[in-house]
Amino acid sequence: MRVALHEVCHDRFTWVSRVSWAYRGAVATVTTQQAPRTTRKPGKFSNSVVKKAVMAVTGIIMILYLIAHMIGNLHAFQGAEEFNGYSHWIRTIGEPAVPEQTTLWIIRIVLLVSVVAHFWAAISLWRQARRARPVPYATKKRVQQSFASRTVRWGGLILALFIIWHILDLTFGVVNPAGTDTTPYDRLIASFSNIPITLFYVVSMILLGLHLRHGIFAATQTLGQTNKRRERAVNGIAYAVSAVITLGFILVPLSIAFGLID
Amino acid sequence: MNLTLKIWRQVSPAKKGKMVSYHVTDVSPDMSFLEMLDVLNEKLILDGDDPIAFDHDCREGICGSCGLMIDGVAHGPEQATVCQLHMRSFSDGDVIDIEPWRSGGFPVVKDLVVDRSAFDRIISAGGFISAPTGTAPEAHATPVPKKDSDAAFDAATCIGCGACVAACPNGSAMLFTASKVAHLGLLPQGQPERDERVLRMVGQQDAEDFGGCSNIGECSAVCPKGISMETISRLNHDLLGALRAGAVPAS
Repeated sequence: MRVALHEVCHDRFTWVSRVSWAYRGAVATVTTQQAPRTTRKPGKFSNSVVKKAVMAVTGIIMILYLIAHMIGNLHAFQGAEEFNGYSHWIRTIGEPAVPEQTTLWIIRIVLLVSVVAHFWAAISLWRQARRARPVPYATKKRVQQSFASRTVRWGGLILALFIIWHILDLTFGVVNPAGTDTTPYDRLIASFSNIPITLFYVVSMILLGLHLRHGIFAATQTLGQTNKRRERAVNGIAYAVSAVITLGFILVPLSIAFGLID
Repeated sequence: MNLTLKIWRQVSPAKKGKMVSYHVTDVSPDMSFLEMLDVLNEKLILDGDDPIAFDHDCREGICGSCGLMIDGVAHGPEQATVCQLHMRSFSDGDVIDIEPWRSGGFPVVKDLVVDRSAFDRIISAGGFISAPTGTAPEAHATPVPKKDSDAAFDAATCIGCGACVAACPNGSAMLFTASKVAHLGLLPQGQPERDERVLRMVGQQDAEDFGGCSNIGECSAVCPKGISMETISRLNHDLLGALRAGAVPAS
C-alpha cells in the first residue's frame, strides 16, 4: 500500500493511467477521471502562491520606499533651500566612499525590479483569474468584499501610469510647467500651482491609499502571518499605514495649491 | 406564494445555454429550496418538458452536492447549503435567478449540474495521509493540543461543495485546498508529507483552471461551514516554508 501510494503520488499528471488494476482496489481515492489536459511548464514561478509571494515582498519593498519618500517630501515645509539640499543629499549618500549617485541608483534599480516583478505577478494572476471564469454570471452579488479589494487591479494600473507621469514631471521635469532646467523646488511649486495637476496627484494618492489598504492585509495573509486572532489588528494596521501615507503625500500639494507654501 | 424563476438551461457541455423563465405557484414558505425545484420539475414532467437537472443528495446540509448560485449569491441568502435554505427567505412575487457554479474548473454537465471532479483530483494530489490501515490506534497514543485539534476540525468541516470557487471573483479554489492542507497539517499524522502535500495540491489546483487568491474574502462569507480565511494563511505559510526547505513546486 505504501509503495503503491508513493508510486501514485510520483507523477500527478499521469498517475491515473499508470495505476495498475491490482492497485486500484488498494487505493480508496482512485477516480476514473482523466488527468487534466492542461499542462503548464513546472517551476517555482508558475505556482500561483509563489506569484502572490512575489507580489507581497515587492509590495513591502515599495511601501518602505513610500514611507521614506513621504518623509522626504515634508522638507518642502522648511523652504526652498532645505528642500533642494535634501534632494542634493539623496544624490550624495555614501560619498566619498562611493561615487556620486551610487546609493540613488541602487535604490532606483531595486525599485524598478520591484515594480516590474509586482506588475508581472499581477498580470499573470489576472490572466489566470480570467481563465478561471470563462462564462460570466447573469447575476452576481457582492457579499462582503471591500471597495479597496475590488479595485486593487485597475487601481494598480492607474498608479503605474501615475508613476510614469510623476517621474517625467518632478524628477526629469520633461512635462513640468517650469521645464527641465530648474531646481526640484521650482518644479514642485510649478506643478502644484496648477489645479488639474494637483487634482491628478490627490486622486492618485487616494487610489494609492485604497491599494495599500488591501495590499497590506493581502501581503500579510500571503506571507502566512494572519490568523483569526490577528485579523482585526492586521486590518487596523493596514488602515493606519495607508491613511498616514496618503495624508503625508497629499499634504504638500494641497499646501502649495492653497498658498501655504510658495 | 408565487415566484418567477429564471433558470440556466443547457442541454449538454458542448451546447450553448440560456436563462429560461418559469412560474411556480402555491409555494409553501416551509418548503426547502430544493423541494420548490422538485415541485417545478414535477410540473415540467407532467407537461412533457425536460425537467431541470440539479445536484442534490443528503438534503441535510452535510454532503455538499446542492450547489446553486441563487440571485448572484452562492447557496442563496442564507449561509447554508441550498437544501437548508427555505422559501421563507423569499417573498411572494420574487424573481429568482438560478445559475450553476461558474468556473473553468467546473464545466457544466447539464443545466445546473457541474462536474466537480477537479476537487477529487486536488485531493488525490495530496489530501490524504499514507498510513498503513488497521485497527484504530489508542486515542491517547499521540497527544494533540486542544487548540490544534479545534483548528484542524474547523478546517475539516469542509464538505467540498465548491461555493468558495463559485463566489470568488477570481474563481479560486484556495479556501477548499487550504482547508484540506490546514486540516492535515495541524495534526501529527499529517507531518511527514506536509511539505509535499501543499506543493502538490496547489500545483493541481493551478492546473485545473482555478484562479489565484487575492484575499477578497467572498469565499469565507458564503462557506456553508463558515471556514475562515485563516486556513488560506496557513496554506501560504506551509507552501513558503516548504520552498524554504528546498522542495520543488509541482505546478
